[in-house]
Amino acid sequence: MEEKPVHQEHKNSPGYGYNILIWLTLISLTCVSVAVAGLDLGAYILLTALVIATIKSTLVINIFMHIKFDDPIFKLFFSLIIFTLFVLFVLTAFDILYR
Amino acid sequence: MSTNSHNIAHHRDDFGSKMGMWLFLFTELILFGGLFIMYMVYRVEYSEQFHLAAKELNLALGTINTLILLTSSLTMVLSIVAIGRGSKKISIFYLISTILLALGFMVIKAFEWGAKFSHGLYPGGTELANLSNGEVIFFGMYFVMTGLHALHVLIGIVILSFMLVFLLRDKINKDNYIKLEAGGLYWHLVDLIWIYLFPLFYLLH
Repeated sequence: MEEKPVHQEHKNSPGYGYNILIWLTLISLTCVSVAVAGLDLGAYILLTALVIATIKSTLVINIFMHIKFDDPIFKLFFSLIIFTLFVLFVLTAFDILYR
Repeated sequence: MSTNSHNIAHHRDDFGSKMGMWLFLFTELILFGGLFIMYMVYRVEYSEQFHLAAKELNLALGTINTLILLTSSLTMVLSIVAIGRGSKKISIFYLISTILLALGFMVIKAFEWGAKFSHGLYPGGTELANLSNGEVIFFGMYFVMTGLHALHVLIGIVILSFMLVFLLRDKINKDNYIKLEAGGLYWHLVDLIWIYLFPLFYLLH
């Protein structure tokens, strides 16, 4: 136990270098998504754009928002929200595609 | 968690603070999630008109704004890393950088919207009235979703400015920076939403 109240710092919190590396990855992925959008991929345009966006958001959530290093309860709650949104998307998609 | 009983004695609960912030962010995710569902429905219905309308958007400005927001997210994280290591000045530098980048985003957004308005492309605008239903819906959602996002950027600037004052007055310090972390979480959420807004509106050729 500490002598005085200190911040609940996680020992495995990443430093400057690691975060800059994540930032470089995010910038590269943005450039890739812009470049890919210029190609004629037809029906795959939306898919590739969403896959890249999801990779980027996973990095932001896990590293920048510290979900990966925090108490697992945050990860669980976050997953529940994403799952809820996913269900809403899928049910709506079924409705509009097979009406 | 193991230090909870200790923290209560000092009227502090970092875990609770963070949980409170996350619960609020979940409501934000649901709010924007609803708008994205609306986007999906209309995109399926007006696929071609969406592509046509998206050509009006400025891809260069959208890309620059994406890079600005991603960089501001980095400076936000670095500000938190710095204060955790006791480097107050570095933390202040990165926090000010974050606020300046956020202001830069808003300036570019203002130019973008300004160009649309001058072309009569705004809700109730002359040019917009002549477009097809799908294009009108596209621009309607463009203004609502990027507008709501821009409102979050503005709120973020206010929150981070308060954090800057706390930091300058040592209310946020090496041993207590949960406020800065919570402010950072809000800022990353703003970034997170833009990560999806950008491809859905700007990368539709």
